[in-house]
Parts: sequence; C-alpha cells; structure tokens
Amino acid sequence: MSDFRTCSITGLKVHLPAEKLIKINAVTAIVFLLVGGILGLLLVLTRWQAVHLLPPEFFYRFLTLHGIAMLVAWIIFWEMAALYLTSAILLNSRLAVPWVGWLQYLLMLVGGGLVAVIILLGGADVMFTSYVPLKADPLYYLGIILFAVGAILGCVVFFATLVVAKTEGTYSGSLPLVTYGAAAAAIIAIITLSHGAIVFIPTLLWSAGLIPPMDAEVYRLIFWGFGHSSQQINVCTMVAVWYMLGTLTVGSTPVNEKVCRTAFVLYILFINIASEHHILVDPGFSAAHKSWNTSYFMHLAVLASMIHAFSVPAALEVALRKKGYTRGTFEWLKKAPWGNPGFSALFLSLVGFGFLGGTTGVIFGTEQLNILSHNNLRIPGHFHATVVAGTTLAFMGATYYVLPLIFQREVAFPWLAKIQPYLFGIPIMVFSTFMMVAGGFGVSRRSADMYGSGGFSVEYSPIVDISLSIMGISGVVACLGGAAFCVIAVATLIIGKKIEAK
Amino acid sequence: MSITPVPPGWWKMPLHKEEKIWISIALIWCIAITIAMPAWHFVGQQNSSQEYYTISAEDYNTLAEDFMEKYKTGTETAGDWEWDVVTPPPGSDIFLRGMQWKWDPILKLKKGETYRLHLSSIDVLHGLSIHPLNMNFEAVPGWDYVLTITPTQAKEYRIICNEFCGADHHGMIGKIIVE
Ligand code: HEM
Ligand SMILES: [Cu+2]
Ligand SMILES: [Cu+2]
Repeated sequence: MSDFRTCSITGLKVHLPAEKLIKINAVTAIVFLLVGGILGLLLVLTRWQAVHLLPPEFFYRFLTLHGIAMLVAWIIFWEMAALYLTSAILLNSRLAVPWVGWLQYLLMLVGGGLVAVIILLGGADVMFTSYVPLKADPLYYLGIILFAVGAILGCVVFFATLVVAKTEGTYSGSLPLVTYGAAAAAIIAIITLSHGAIVFIPTLLWSAGLIPPMDAEVYRLIFWGFGHSSQQINVCTMVAVWYMLGTLTVGSTPVNEKVCRTAFVLYILFINIASEHHILVDPGFSAAHKSWNTSYFMHLAVLASMIHAFSVPAALEVALRKKGYTRGTFEWLKKAPWGNPGFSALFLSLVGFGFLGGTTGVIFGTEQLNILSHNNLRIPGHFHATVVAGTTLAFMGATYYVLPLIFQREVAFPWLAKIQPYLFGIPIMVFSTFMMVAGGFGVSRRSADMYGSGGFSVEYSPIVDISLSIMGISGVVACLGGAAFCVIAVATLIIGKKIEAK
Repeated sequence: MSITPVPPGWWKMPLHKEEKIWISIALIWCIAITIAMPAWHFVGQQNSSQEYYTISAEDYNTLAEDFMEKYKTGTETAGDWEWDVVTPPPGSDIFLRGMQWKWDPILKLKKGETYRLHLSSIDVLHGLSIHPLNMNFEAVPGWDYVLTITPTQAKEYRIICNEFCGADHHGMIGKIIVE
C-alpha cells in the first residue's frame, strides 16, 4: 500500500497520485488568480475615471485576459482539485485513472496557456464572450476547446473514482453530501463544457477561413446556453464547499440530507435553462420563448438556492448551539469562530452570494428590468458579487484547509490569514454595489472611457463620479485582500512548517 | 457530517417544522415571481420589442443609406467624426445603423410622435444605450430589430455603444435630437 499515506489530522487514507493532482491543479489555479488579480487592479484603476490608467488597447486586452484567467482558469482549475478531493480523498479511495487526470491537467494548461499568450500578443481582443463576427486568432478558439476537453476529462476521472470507491467498498452508506454536490457540479460541467467545445468548433473553422460565419444571434443563443449554464458549475461547487467548510470549521452536520440533496438535483434539472436572460433585449426570439426560459425553470433553481440559504446557516447554528452557545437568539453567531479564515470566508461568501449576487441576478434577469441593466456596469457588479464574493471567497476559505491537509504544511502568516477573508470579501461587496449604482446611471461595461474618444461628450449624474471612486478604492483594497491570499498560499508552500506524519 | 458517508435511512428523516415553513415560503415566492414576470409582460407593457426580421447586412445598409439620403437636413461634426443629420417625417420608418465605430445618422425627431426605428449593424455586434434614459438594446448584424418609439421629452440624447465592438468601442457615441 505504498500508494497511500494516512492523514495525521483526519485519519483519512490519502491516495498519493490523487494528492499530486490536487496539488498541481490548486497551485495552477492560484497562479491564474494572481495573474487575473494584477489585471483586475489595472482594470479597476482604469474604470475609476479619476485615475483612468490604461490606454484603450491595453484595457480591452487585459479585460479579455482577466475574464479568461479568472472566470475560466482560476475557477475551473480549482474545481478540478475539488473534484479529486471530494472523490478519492473523502471516500478513502484510490483515484481511478491518474493518467487521465494528468491528461486533464496538461490539456487545460496547454489550452489555457495558449489562450493567454494569444490574448497578450494581441490576437484576441474579443472579450471572453468572443461574439461572432468579431474575430480572434484560430489558436484562441483551439485553446478554449483544449481547455474544455481537459475539464471534461477531469469530470470523467471523478465519476470513475466514484465507481471504483463503490465497487472496492472503500466506504459504506451513501456518498457524503459534499461529494454529492460535487457530482451535481460535475454533471453540469460535462453537459455545458461539451456544448462549449462543440460551439467553438465551427467558430474555429470560420476563424481559420474554412467556413462562412455563424449567425451572430445563433452564436449568442448557443454561447449563453452553455456559458450561463456553466456558471452553475461554480454555484454547485461553491455550495458543496459551504457544506464542507461548515463541517471543517464548526463540525456542522446537514440538518436534513434529503432536503439538501434534492436541492442539488434541482440545480441539475433547472438551472441549465435560464440562460436566455442574456438575450432579453435581442432580436430573434419571441417574448414567450424568453419568458418561459427565464422565469419558470430559473425560479425552480432559485428555489434550490433558497433551500441551501436555509440549510447552510441552520447547520452552523445547530452545531454552535451544541457547543453550548445557547443564550438568546444570537449567542451562537457572536461566539462563532470569526478568527478562523475558513469560517469567515464561508460566512462572507454566503452573504455576498445570497444577498448581493443572487438577488441582483433575479432582478436584472427580469424581462422588463433587463432593458435597464443590459450591458451596463450593473452586470459586472452583479457577477463580481456571485463569482468573486461568492465562489472565489469560498474557494479561498477552503484553501486554508487544503494547505494543511493536502500540502501538509501549516498555513503561513496566520495573523494575515485571519483577516484575509474580511480584507477581500467586504471590499469586493462594496466594489460590486457601487459598480451597480454607476450602471444604474447608464455607465457601460467594457468601456475604456465612458466619456468617449473625442467625438460627442457625455454627461453623467454626479453620483456616477462618487460611485466610481468608491468602486475604485474598494477594488484596490480587494486586490490587496486577493494579494494577501496569494502571498499566504505561496509562502505556505515555501516556508510553511511541515506537518509531520504520525 | 457533510464530508463523511451517510448511513442508510437519511431519505426517511422527516423535515423539521422550520424547514417546512421556509421551503413553503420560498416555493410560494418562486411561484409568485414566476407568474409575475409573464403577467407583467401583458399588464405593464414595458417590454422589449418583439418585432424583428432577418436581413442581410448589405440589404440593411442599402435601406439605411436610402433613408439618410431622402431625409437629410444637414451635417454635424465632432472630433474626427461627421454625421448626416436626418429629419424623418413623424410616423415613418427610421434607421439607426451601427458600424465600427459610429452610429448613423443623427436623428431629429418630434416630441410626442411615433416612429418605427430599425436597429441593426453592418459589421459586428453593437449595443444601443440611450443616455441618460439608460435603455439598452442589442444591434445584431443580419437582424432588423424594430423598436416602436415615441419620444416624450424634448432633449438631446446620447446613444452610447455598450456592446464591445473593437478598438474604438468607447468612442462610438451618437445622438438623437428630440424637439
Ligand atoms: C479584487 C479583484 C477584482 C477586481 C478589482 C476586478 C475588477 C474588474 C473590473 C474593473 C472589470 C471591468 C468591468 C467592465 O469595465 O466591464 C472586471 C471584469 C470582469 N471580472 Fe473582475 N475583478 C476582480 C476579480 C475577479 C474574479 C475573482 C473574477 C472571477 C472569478 C472576475 C471576473 C470578471 C469577469 C468575468 C469580468 C468581465 C470581463 C468582460 O466583460 O469580458 N473578476 N473585473
Ligand atoms: Cu459599437
Ligand atoms: Cu461597442
């Protein structure tokens, strides 16, 4: 059994090839987070109109790369690590086919690297949405396809490992809730990423000059059909991570497994629809079509989020009350481990995603209100609340546990780790909020200069100036919080005290 | 524990009272907004237009140019740009052409009159943002998007491109004059 070690903290059997893959995916994720974060700083210093740092050419180039490095690379590399963790490690099993895992990593690295290089060379100033007929270099689309195929392979390894664990009897009973949630995410990932890989094939051929362009509206429909749905991979993984952090930080147990699991199934069944809120103010599809897509099915997925919004804090409350914090209604909350970055990240992620990201998503995705939000700063405001304050922060919190458990090192600079989730989470919520305020006054997203480039001048409400300044300052602080995370992670790997195996 | 396997029987565990209440409220709320959105489509009449046609970029361009020639009443310049100012008769079909990186023409409209605005693009995607109303619509090549509009305020509106369309996307700012 030389392929395994026994974890000195949890007693779990750790499959070494799985551990290696978790490490390499997590490290790569953090490298992309660092790159994307530096770009984020430059971008926010440009959108903060009083500073207005970058010239347009670089603003658009870096904005394209920021979207790819963050939304695609950082998040999906981290999710690959999470898939291996929740399958092999939590189930005490071996990873089914490690070489396919390595193929996953290589394809994603080559694909992601290719995309990044092409963007930096100026071959793909098209934003991560790459709407046709705006054209990028064929290698850009090729890189995306390779990346998506790699990620699909990661999901395959995950499911193969579930089968191995079951047949080899490494656990008894049903899958842990976290693994169950990860499985839901992996199912959504396989569906959406294969669609993604498929839609980019005609785009690649067109860009290479082999076939005529696809209809611009059809591209938008298909792109968001998987592009929006793939965001549910992030939601699903984030919720699974919430449950995991609840257990790791305060020892919480899901109040009712049936409820939590049903909610995950709702995600799989319904959240894949809803994607047409991206094309509510487009020609080409009837209102009936769009309303059906964006109301019925989406709200059943919203129901799932509402259920988790109850179950996650309820589990925390029950666990903390069991510890004896039973006085009054809120003693449990007051006495919660606020100095534990895993807990504070969990809590802030819950608040940011739920109150700021989720609500605004439902609002802006409404047929009529979308007219007032489409493509203005309300939109990046909304998704920095979901995917940054929500998903990214949750993943950061979980990383504080991956470092000791998988990398077997004590987290470096514990004093900094203690405040890092606050330093990142609170400003990013402020940043998102004031982005949305500015958007409400008609400031466009993806604009290198909201005052134009020498033609007609534009006037904005004075509130816009203030909002963008608050957005700018809080964005810079959030970058410090993000940098603190990267510094802690890297320092832990280099100088963190080794945890000796017992 | 959510990270350890669960013994059989979890499916039979009854829901707590609080859970039942919460899920019921959430479900009712979801049903309510699910009904509210389509309902408001009919009651509110504040919807995006549902009138659109496919048209090749060349054909659309021809129509737009004919339109501009027919009703041209002047020109205007700002920076390196020059526009035709076009004053179409009330009730007519009017064109707003998006192209890299210009909205053509400058439309002069009458307050209180209704026009059928044909919005499209002859190259890549553009976004029509009517400022300061903050109303936003997508201009898609190959599609003629017909917005029936009745300006209610005499004012100079800016039209800002808010769909990324290349190097000078931020410079793509046009004008609608309502008098
Ligand atoms: C402190 C960290 C961050 C800062 C300061 C920041 C800042 C910004 C800014 C200023 C924009 C441009 C908005 C616009 O003009 O349209 C932007 C866009 C974006 N950001 Fe971030 N960001 C941060 C972190 C993240 C993270 C962690 C993610 C993803 C997980 C992310 C995903 C995106 C995406 C997808 C876009 C849109 C790109 C596009 O429009 O094509 N950001 N960000
Ligand atoms: Cu444009
Ligand atoms: Cu544009």
